[in-house]
Amino acid sequence: MAELDQAHESYELGMHTEQLSGRTQQVFFSAEESDNLVYPWAPVVDFDKSGEIDAESLNQQEVNAEIRRLMSEGVGTITVRNPGAKHSLGVGILSRLNLHFDGSLGYFGCGLLDGPNVTVSGRVGWSCGENMMAGTVLIEKNGGSTFGAAIRGGDLVCKGDVGSRTGIDQKGGTIIVGGRAGAFSGFMMQRGRMVILGDAGKNLGDSMYDGTIYVGGKIADLGVDAVEGEMTDLDRDWLTRKLALYGLESPNGAENMTKIVSGKQLWNYDNLEPTEKKLVL
Amino acid sequence: MCGIAGLIHRGKSSNVGRELTDMLQSLKHRGPDSTGFALYGNPKSGEHVLRFKVAEQEDMRHGFQIHDQVRERRAEVDRRLDELGARRVSEEEATEYAYRYWISYDGDMKKLADYVEDVEGAEILSIGNALELVKDLGDATVVSGQYGLGEFGGTHAIGHTRMATESDVDIRSAHPYWAYPFNDISVVHNGQLTNYWGFRREMERRGHRFMSNCDSELIAVYLADRMERGEDLEEAMHRSVDELDGVFTYVVATSDRLGMAKDVMAAKPMVLYESDDFVALASEEVAIRSVFPHEIDTYDPYEGEVMVWQS
Repeated sequence: MAELDQAHESYELGMHTEQLSGRTQQVFFSAEESDNLVYPWAPVVDFDKSGEIDAESLNQQEVNAEIRRLMSEGVGTITVRNPGAKHSLGVGILSRLNLHFDGSLGYFGCGLLDGPNVTVSGRVGWSCGENMMAGTVLIEKNGGSTFGAAIRGGDLVCKGDVGSRTGIDQKGGTIIVGGRAGAFSGFMMQRGRMVILGDAGKNLGDSMYDGTIYVGGKIADLGVDAVEGEMTDLDRDWLTRKLALYGLESPNGAENMTKIVSGKQLWNYDNLEPTEKKLVL
Repeated sequence: MCGIAGLIHRGKSSNVGRELTDMLQSLKHRGPDSTGFALYGNPKSGEHVLRFKVAEQEDMRHGFQIHDQVRERRAEVDRRLDELGARRVSEEEATEYAYRYWISYDGDMKKLADYVEDVEGAEILSIGNALELVKDLGDATVVSGQYGLGEFGGTHAIGHTRMATESDVDIRSAHPYWAYPFNDISVVHNGQLTNYWGFRREMERRGHRFMSNCDSELIAVYLADRMERGEDLEEAMHRSVDELDGVFTYVVATSDRLGMAKDVMAAKPMVLYESDDFVALASEEVAIRSVFPHEIDTYDPYEGEVMVWQS
């Protein structure tokens, strides 16, 4: 694989199989342009500068405001103690930050992230990492339903079990589940990768447009238009490398995982720009 | 949206009134319209606890006659209990319109329930050896304080905070629902049943009565009906997951058991904590944290799952 350049490798991994021709969808983000990596208003933080928040007597707005206050002071490593399963903690962080929750989060934790590296020592409730765009979130215990809903980028990792509709409407990025995932995982998935090391519930990948789901355990059944794909060396290599980043491995080895992709009998991306559509119609 | 919660102590009693109050208060944001408790105390041999009301809270704010009417209705309930041979061992006024009686009665419970509820404005909230069902308008702290539930000792309890969506804001539409006329069975529910009317008509044809138009009441009546036909609680719950249509998570309790069931879409939340001597479950983990503030391991039950625990 060393002979493959990055673009070719990603193509071989199935990241650009869509038959896109619309001009808007052909504009890709360029990591070469450093200005694209940070928002102009993002605070400059020093990862060696650390701060701590005790969330026990604070509500979720106060905890989030305190995270922002510390970031504005240049603190780049923040630990939140006693999060107490409160909802919507650690949301909307759009710049680099090392954020650690010493405990569990409630619903909608770590949503709308674009850049930070987050660790959670406990559990997360429903909709963790929703609409995440970049960064990493690593959860040590279990997660609730709609884990990683509409995620667009980054790595969202739960070492335990997660609930139903994991990665619903996933548009990019990687979701990794160390244990079991519930029914309708990958529902209407559009891009990105989902890795389930344990069993997957009913209707896996139902109505998925694109993207790839890897399953290490048993699959209850596949949803509409989800089909088994052929595992390649690139898949196995990617899985091994990616899982190793988070200290995970498939119980039966990456080579024995099942790959699920879209059968593309139902998908219907609109490839035309509105002006082009008028001409066609 | 609604919030539901339940807890059960295995092999011991505890202050379940206070514990459930704390859990439901932390779920207030899921439903501020009314709060209900089904508490399972320590039964007295040969006695039933009868919880009933003779007016709605709203009624007490209107009209000059209501206080006289409440007195007359209660007197009529007493007369009918005496007529059926139900001995009133002791009586308490929980509020000015709701009462808690201990009765000694070994006759037909359905006949007693029907005869009492035939009194204008009267509704039996529960009859049981262990079950005491309390529900009213307001949040958990208000209702618990109003009915003096803070010191209630028992083995298990279930409760509900209601956001009214498809029926009125009144006590009649509040959860939990007692599985009339069966002793000690109660249900709380979060969700919507889409085949409610079909099953309701079937249950009514089989002689069951409904006090509200709330779809949650159907679950209690459905389970009672299946158990009347010889199924045990777990069998009836599994059947309900197959037959009831819609999105739902419900919690049911009997004299010595607590159970939960989720529909096959798992569209309504439930978080569960289980240890060797205690089980707590709720719509959100914050409710469990009100009983266990320290870090605990919790998980979500899966789609179509049915679980039952013994006290």
